Amino acid sequence: MSDQSNTPVPEPDAEQTRIGVDSWVAESEDRQARKRGFFGPAARGWDASPDPVKLFLFIAVAGTIPFWMSEGDLFVYGLFTVLYATLGLGLNVVVGFAGLLDLGYVAYFGIGAYGYALVSSDHYGIHWPTLASLPAVMVFTGLVGLLLGLTSRRLVGDYFAIVTLFFLQAFLVFTNTANPVIAGVGLTGGSSGIGNLDPLEFFGYSLTSVKQQYYFFLIVLCLATAGLYFANRSRTGRAWRALREDPLAAEVMSIPVNRLKRLAIVIGAALAGLCGGIFAAIQTAVTSSNFTLNVLIFIFAVVILGGMGSIAGPILGAIVINVSFQFLQPQNDHPDIKRWLFYGAIILFIALMKPWYRAVVVLVGTVAFGFAVHAIVSATTAASWTSGTVADSGSPSVAKVIAHWVVIPNQALHGGFATYAYIGLVVLVCVVRSVTGWWRTLVLIPTLYMIAVVWENVLAPNPAVTAEILFGVLLIVIMTARPQGLIGTARVEIV
Amino acid sequence: MATAEPKREAKPLLELAGISMSFGGLVVIDGLDLVVNEHEIVSVIGPNGAGKTTLFNLITGIYSPTAGEIRLDGESLVGLPPHKIAQRGAARTFQTLRLFLNMTVIENVMASQYGQTKVGIARAMLRTPGMRREEREIRGRAEEKLSFFGERLMGYRWDQPAYSLSYANRRRLEIARAMATEPRILLLDEPAAGMNPTETHEITQLIGKLRDEAGHTILVIEHDMHVVEGISDRVVALDHGVKIAEGTFEAVATNPRVVEAYLGASATVTR
Repeated sequence: MSDQSNTPVPEPDAEQTRIGVDSWVAESEDRQARKRGFFGPAARGWDASPDPVKLFLFIAVAGTIPFWMSEGDLFVYGLFTVLYATLGLGLNVVVGFAGLLDLGYVAYFGIGAYGYALVSSDHYGIHWPTLASLPAVMVFTGLVGLLLGLTSRRLVGDYFAIVTLFFLQAFLVFTNTANPVIAGVGLTGGSSGIGNLDPLEFFGYSLTSVKQQYYFFLIVLCLATAGLYFANRSRTGRAWRALREDPLAAEVMSIPVNRLKRLAIVIGAALAGLCGGIFAAIQTAVTSSNFTLNVLIFIFAVVILGGMGSIAGPILGAIVINVSFQFLQPQNDHPDIKRWLFYGAIILFIALMKPWYRAVVVLVGTVAFGFAVHAIVSATTAASWTSGTVADSGSPSVAKVIAHWVVIPNQALHGGFATYAYIGLVVLVCVVRSVTGWWRTLVLIPTLYMIAVVWENVLAPNPAVTAEILFGVLLIVIMTARPQGLIGTARVEIV
Repeated sequence: MATAEPKREAKPLLELAGISMSFGGLVVIDGLDLVVNEHEIVSVIGPNGAGKTTLFNLITGIYSPTAGEIRLDGESLVGLPPHKIAQRGAARTFQTLRLFLNMTVIENVMASQYGQTKVGIARAMLRTPGMRREEREIRGRAEEKLSFFGERLMGYRWDQPAYSLSYANRRRLEIARAMATEPRILLLDEPAAGMNPTETHEITQLIGKLRDEAGHTILVIEHDMHVVEGISDRVVALDHGVKIAEGTFEAVATNPRVVEAYLGASATVTR
């Protein structure tokens, strides 16, 4: 058997190279990866269509959103997604193309916003037309980027990251606390920022409704996408990728590495500045709290999750991240939605267990275990142990079932119980990790039940915290499933 | 000295005059003089640690010499950044391969044409006709350089990532990438390292072709004496950063100092 399967492998250096053989081998890993997973079919269909078609599809879908979405939803789901996508594209030039870890990126966004505020508000009584103020803001942030980019000559890797992070913090302190008095007015308005900005106005038309602003921002995004797409396919784009791969080899191959790094920073900064100007005009106000580290992490998540170095990556990343983030926010969600997601994930986890009968045992066991525990607790202890209310319940029938399954003590006992439940869960998880075979299956039953107890007693009553945790879990799951990003290609470091 | 019949009048292309390089107290190159004439193939040999790769690093501007002068066609290269030196016409390959692994084969060769092309980022974003024309020229030149290697780097391989290539093909791609900078002088750092006898034979012929057909002047570091014998117009032997012999392959290979550098002094001398 093994003798037969041992077909002669062609000598790699045989006189006639066997055309196609090693390309097939080289791609086999890709093919393996594509067959598997949830994203497989989607990725294949996406890859098959030419790039202009992709952009057209995106515009077609994005362009119809305002027709069926309410203004409020359009603002948080539509406008912010486009904002983060554009910011992500800019950061992608710096991080994805040129490989520079620029942690001060949000500062350019902020400088753009403040820049627009200074030339288009009553703060100094200057009211430039939008067609002048937005380009001016872009040029100015580009120059700031150039200045900061000068440090990239000597500082590489982590050191550049530290300096840029420091720059962001300095910017925040400057706008929030320093607020130097110039011409009788505090330049940045301190912690209250600058308000009453002019709306965007082109040829006499003001963009005041969310719909108009959304379409304008969408056009900006599409232009930026097209521009960067072409740039990526030019000699500059190739040089960026080359210097990301190996700066020394790039330099020796006639590529001026330092100049190209600065160029990437300037382009990223100018795009962030443009975003800042538009963002300020839409918000009609700027404060330094809009440009904190959270925003930086958010934009980085958009780029990394979408796929560094690809053009469509940040756009897809922005859609996934912003939509899921806003969806999970307590003020935006629909009653019970997080509970369904939670129990859905648990059932999915059980359903994926390997021999199917094990999954059935765990599922039936967990449900039965819960009702049994609840019955025992209510029979042997005071009523206060099971008289708590189910938090955040959309439908009364669901709440009723949960109240008979999960032990929820009333207010007086709740605090202590929640703590012990949490500790109990940690202990059970440790036990599950350390046993194998059917023992693991058996311990899994109380563990899953305890997860439900912790959810109902600890997480569901605190929706704001839970939203952050779920969002974090989502990011971790996506990053684990697709380390190279949703549509990025895995990079090979050493072969 | 050189016995290869001079086809044209020997005009010095690369001149190194008294260059020295030391890292702290460690002297790697010590007062080295070297001239490479136009259309000549010069081999640099020497035991490990003799300073051969450092010599290449000095010529291509990765290090600046602590003393001495390097001239390419009469113009000084000392103090220029590496990309300027590449634009002046000195290109190299690396002993430890340094390809742009995650770029495709043809992109590797297109990327190194940066120095001779002009279209900036603004025109690229607008995709002007001039930009598209230049882009076609870049691609054409890249295909031309790759076709120099015959079947080895042709057709379907152009759009494969460089990491999927075999070791020998990566060495060829490094040479193609260096050729695409349109160098006056090509510096090859151990082009036959890690190759099997068939491939070594091929590379020997290829280096000859690089001079005769592509018209490059070549300075090559090589350990394989068959290759050195097959290609060299002139051989320079280094040891501890000092030139210990120079001349035809036969003269250098039998020079007692070279033998000593490689094999150690004979027993009678050490006792």
